[in-house]
Amino acid sequence: MTTPAGFARHPSYVKEGNSKARFELSNRSYAHLRLSAVALLFAVACAAHAAEAQKPSPLKSGLDFAGADVRALQADDFANPGMLWVARGEKLWREPAGKAAKSCAGCHGEAPAGMKGVAARYPRVDPGAARLVNLEGRINLCRERHQGAAPLQYESDELLGLTALVAHQSRGAPVAAALDPQNRASFERGRDFYHLRQGQMNLSCAHCHDRNSGGKLAAETVSQGHGNAYPIYRLEWQAAGSLHRRFRSCLFGIRAESLAPGSPEFVDLELYLAWRASGLPIETPGVRR
Amino acid sequence: MVARVQVPQEAKRGEAIEIRIAIQHPMETGFRFDLMGRAIPKNVINSLVARYNGAEVFRAELGSGVAANPSLQFYTVAEASGTIEFSWVDDAGVSGTERAAITVI
Repeated sequence: MTTPAGFARHPSYVKEGNSKARFELSNRSYAHLRLSAVALLFAVACAAHAAEAQKPSPLKSGLDFAGADVRALQADDFANPGMLWVARGEKLWREPAGKAAKSCAGCHGEAPAGMKGVAARYPRVDPGAARLVNLEGRINLCRERHQGAAPLQYESDELLGLTALVAHQSRGAPVAAALDPQNRASFERGRDFYHLRQGQMNLSCAHCHDRNSGGKLAAETVSQGHGNAYPIYRLEWQAAGSLHRRFRSCLFGIRAESLAPGSPEFVDLELYLAWRASGLPIETPGVRR
Repeated sequence: MVARVQVPQEAKRGEAIEIRIAIQHPMETGFRFDLMGRAIPKNVINSLVARYNGAEVFRAELGSGVAANPSLQFYTVAEASGTIEFSWVDDAGVSGTERAAITVI
């Protein structure tokens, strides 16, 4: 898994909004204005930063943009194909794995009781690993630490199944990503990634999901881009997929270079999206076109 | 292969009951190619049978026109308490079974 290091510091990185202001202000050569210009520049930069991290209002789940048939499919717990991954996760939950031959249930008990509301708080900083991890990352850390097992491959049916099972236990609970000093840097990187113009289309996430949600992209309705239903069953994929797979689809759509699923940049973005979706109920497993 | 079967837990004798099954399967059509340009061989669940206390009540032959993770449903008449058992096989020769219990009152 290789990811371009320092991606967010790439020269093509242009923060929206304040670049023009900075150019005009820095061209002023009056010495007596320099100090106030610097102060103004600072104020503009701060204002632009504050304006960037925005929650859509009103918050709308992707489900609100879906057609009646897709909504009916998600609402029916048997017909919802994502439930097959939850069922797969239930099997794996009880299976002993790794050198320790321990199962998830061995420590956590039955999933519904032990995992209630957990997914709503992810991604979060793991104290042991000292980095931001999402639910998939946490499951793999658990496998390494307590089961002595190899991490599951990102996007494998096994990892999707366990993630779907855990997230499913929080269905209906509001997304509650808390910002604290530990995850602040990750949050800012995620926020910057979200507003980074990328690819041949030169678009950022914000161009579609903040400014044009509800609009049309060919036959598709552009959503607000929330991650509250993941892992989802996407009809186009004919399979369940993670939020990172969705990121890759979006990056492919704007013809940008993509990153590997599970890469730290994507987890940072996941945190920004979780903050942005705070309050929306978790729907896992969601169904989307 | 994971499958889920849904039957009513309880039914009255003579009542029509809805039976549903969903199976996790790629239902590979045989028309697709992988990233290296190699054809992905066709692999679909080609036959599926449902037995109610051993007696066949439903049979389906599926082809490449059926989407991945097929979901099927049918009705039968509740006659006696027991099990409804599904069994199926795909083109790769992998078979699966899944069952559900029903109580008839």
